[in-house]
Amino acid sequence: MNATLLITIGVTLISSAVALSLRNLIHSVLLLVITWIGICAFYLIFNAEFIAFTQLLVYVGAISMVALFAVLLTRVAPSTNQRNKQSVTRFIYALITGLSLFSLMAFAVLHTDSPKEKVEALPATVYSIGKELTEEYAPALMITGSLLTLAILGSVLLAAHSPQSKENS
Amino acid sequence: MNDQTLNLCLLFSSALFCIGLITTLSRSSTILILLGIELMLNSANINFIVFERTQPDVSTSHGTLFVLFTIAIAASEAAVGLALLIALFKHQRSVVIDEASQLKG
Amino acid sequence: MTLSATYLSLIPLLPLYAAALGVLLPKKNKHFVSSLAIIAMATSFIISLFALNQALKNTSIHSTYNFSWFNLGQESVRIGILLDPLTAFMAVMVTFISTLIFIFSTSYMKEDENMKQFFCFLSFFASAMLGIIISNSLLLLFISWELVGLASYLLIGFWFHKPEAAAAAKKAFLTTRIGDLGFLLGILWLYHTCGTLLFYDHGHGILEHHVLASIASQATIFGLPLVTAIGLLIFCGAAGKSGQFPLHVWLPDAMEGPTPVSALIHAATMVAAGVFLIARMYPLMQADQFIIATPFHTLTVIAFIGAITALLGALIAGSQYDIKRVLAYSTISQLGYMMMALGLGSWLAAIFHLLTHAFFKALLFLGAGSVIHASHHEQDMRKLGGLSKSMPITFATFSIGMLALCGFPFLFSGFWSKEAIIHAAYEWPVSILPLIISLIAVALTAFYMTRLMGEVFFGTSRADHHHHTHENKAQMTVPLSILALCAISVGFIGTPSWPWLQSALNGTPVEAEGLFKGGIVMLGSILLVAGGMGLGWILYIRNLRTNAHEEDPLETMIPGTFKLLGSRLKIDEFYTATLGKLNTALAILSNGLDRYVWDLSIQGLAKLGQLSGSINYAMDEEALNQGFNVTSEKIRQSGVQYSKAQSGETHGYLRVFAITVVILTLLIITLWS
Repeated sequence: MNATLLITIGVTLISSAVALSLRNLIHSVLLLVITWIGICAFYLIFNAEFIAFTQLLVYVGAISMVALFAVLLTRVAPSTNQRNKQSVTRFIYALITGLSLFSLMAFAVLHTDSPKEKVEALPATVYSIGKELTEEYAPALMITGSLLTLAILGSVLLAAHSPQSKENS
Repeated sequence: MNDQTLNLCLLFSSALFCIGLITTLSRSSTILILLGIELMLNSANINFIVFERTQPDVSTSHGTLFVLFTIAIAASEAAVGLALLIALFKHQRSVVIDEASQLKG
Repeated sequence: MTLSATYLSLIPLLPLYAAALGVLLPKKNKHFVSSLAIIAMATSFIISLFALNQALKNTSIHSTYNFSWFNLGQESVRIGILLDPLTAFMAVMVTFISTLIFIFSTSYMKEDENMKQFFCFLSFFASAMLGIIISNSLLLLFISWELVGLASYLLIGFWFHKPEAAAAAKKAFLTTRIGDLGFLLGILWLYHTCGTLLFYDHGHGILEHHVLASIASQATIFGLPLVTAIGLLIFCGAAGKSGQFPLHVWLPDAMEGPTPVSALIHAATMVAAGVFLIARMYPLMQADQFIIATPFHTLTVIAFIGAITALLGALIAGSQYDIKRVLAYSTISQLGYMMMALGLGSWLAAIFHLLTHAFFKALLFLGAGSVIHASHHEQDMRKLGGLSKSMPITFATFSIGMLALCGFPFLFSGFWSKEAIIHAAYEWPVSILPLIISLIAVALTAFYMTRLMGEVFFGTSRADHHHHTHENKAQMTVPLSILALCAISVGFIGTPSWPWLQSALNGTPVEAEGLFKGGIVMLGSILLVAGGMGLGWILYIRNLRTNAHEEDPLETMIPGTFKLLGSRLKIDEFYTATLGKLNTALAILSNGLDRYVWDLSIQGLAKLGQLSGSINYAMDEEALNQGFNVTSEKIRQSGVQYSKAQSGETHGYLRVFAITVVILTLLIITLWS
């Protein structure tokens, strides 16, 4: 258990860390895919199978595709993608912010007393999740559904070619 | 699950969150900024699952459901964001976010 | 026949209607208006005769016709008219003399273009005078009193284009006004004390026993009894109107008016109004006689003032050169006699003298008017003379008047009335002074009248232009003759052997006391008259004045005194120096106050208003508007400043978010408890 966990954690973190520093966007996206797979493995270790596969399906399956398409559709000449002083400054600021936040959260985590009781988790079967979704959280489900529909419609509208704007721009 | 594991997992999610934050703050490409935001959402999901699997409510699985919805929302948000990106690209012919600075005071 | 109130009220109303009608008619109808006035006056005379007849039927009652004039809430102001012997005699006298003078004026004022107006004023005056006489209410009397003053002003200043006439009218009005002020105060005080101003009101009038008894017991704050104070205040009015010292200064100046005016108003009627008032209110004046704890009695004061006036008038009359001025001072002197008689307790003698004086003084004035008219308005007696031959009727009537005035014994009315007064002075318990003064005045009267006669009628004419003076027309001479007849005959109704008048007025039966009731004093006064006339004859008739510029014999004898008397004892100058200057000072003070204090304070208030207005404006404009504008501008500018924070750089925004998240996390960690 522990070793698997550690490896999973390590892989995820390293891939995400590398992803953020790469010049090539496609490489960044692909590394992020690895990050997401790592997270899926993490979920599996914790016996949250449904969520793991949902994560896999959605993130790795859909979002990475969308990201890749976006990257491929918006390719520009590499000359604009260079490191300059401004980006370094920015990176340092971001690093400081991130590190300070991490230190704060680590401090919080490490100084919080853990709960005394250890309760064993029930297996999260699809049946129980589905039951809960359709009985108690049905409205939320429906709203999410309509939200997704709207999102799709909106994105299609946003990204659609319109003949006038193409000529004007 | 002992405390150590719990702490480790929580540290992991914090680290992921901070990596996502750094990505958002430092990269100038819009796509990566959006993906950094996705990473932050993911780290929050990890937190929920970790807590649910270690100290669950007996009767319900609130954590799982919350994560489900979060993933759904994150997906739609990613879609819309990337559509916006396409639109922005059509306008300024690049995805560098620094060029989208016309709305200033 | 019994006179109803309507007929009684017609006595003053008929002349009033004549005056009103005359005012409305155009100027060229002067003869019509004059005839109207004469007819109205004659009709009033006839009604007065009927009234006299009725009054004499029962002389002790006062027939009153009272009615309520207007109401003030609960109280009603009542006025009324009265018929008693005093009223009737006075009305007969006034209407009779007025009619004669009106007839005289038609000839005297014939050349004057304002003759119509003259008759209107004369009728108005007569109406007001008769109003005084028949009034039963002190209020109605006061109203008529003031109207008489107004008429006098209008008539004295009739020739208003002459500045002396206008000044004289003003002086007359103001001087009588001063008296009227005291009168009004007395009336108000009386009304406040008694609640009524009716003379006779079935026992509740102010001259009736009930009311007099109630007020006689009260005292004022100065230790003076209430009745005395009120009486003296009312006497102020009488003193003003009747030319008593010190308010006599207007009478000589009033001679600026036409001579008929002088005859009617300032000899016979208006100046007698004061005497009439005191006589009418005699019960009130007498009411304090029994009070011992008082500094002085009303009647004592009246007696002494009357005596002083009598002497004063007689002294000054002997030094004047203007005919009318001599007669004016003579009037003052005689009015002093009447007031003195009232003060001495003998109101009957006073009314008797009033009636006789009215006739012979009117006669003298009309005679003077005749002389003046014939001599083409020459009034200085040094420039006249020798008129006895050229104007016989005037001379004859004037002599009769003069002898009546002097008190030529037995035959003339003046003698009997003056004797009544001297007798009352002799019998006065308080002091012998009035007797002495009146005897001196008798001698002086005889002297100055002889002087006047000598200068005007005897000798040769000393006029500047030797016009041929001739007798005037019948319209002038007939009234003179009638008045001369009255001057003789009226005396006989009051002689001690048959005191019909006195008993009629008093309501007592006739008590004959014998012709020589006066005794020693009568003899003494006869001798004084003889002495005065003799002295005058020696100085003025035996040595006739030859030319106008010759010095008066009296002046050679006693130059200093003569000059002093000639300047009228400098009383007018004294008044100018003191009261005139006081008035001017007060006027300057009020002007200064008005201009520099009230005006400035009002201006200050206005400036204050302006100041508050400008402050308001400043606050509104500067503080509110500008403040508002400036504040808005500052907010806008701060907005501009704030908008600079919108850099447009996404990373900047993100950075802010991130830092905020870090800080919030920190806060949550540290503060979460």
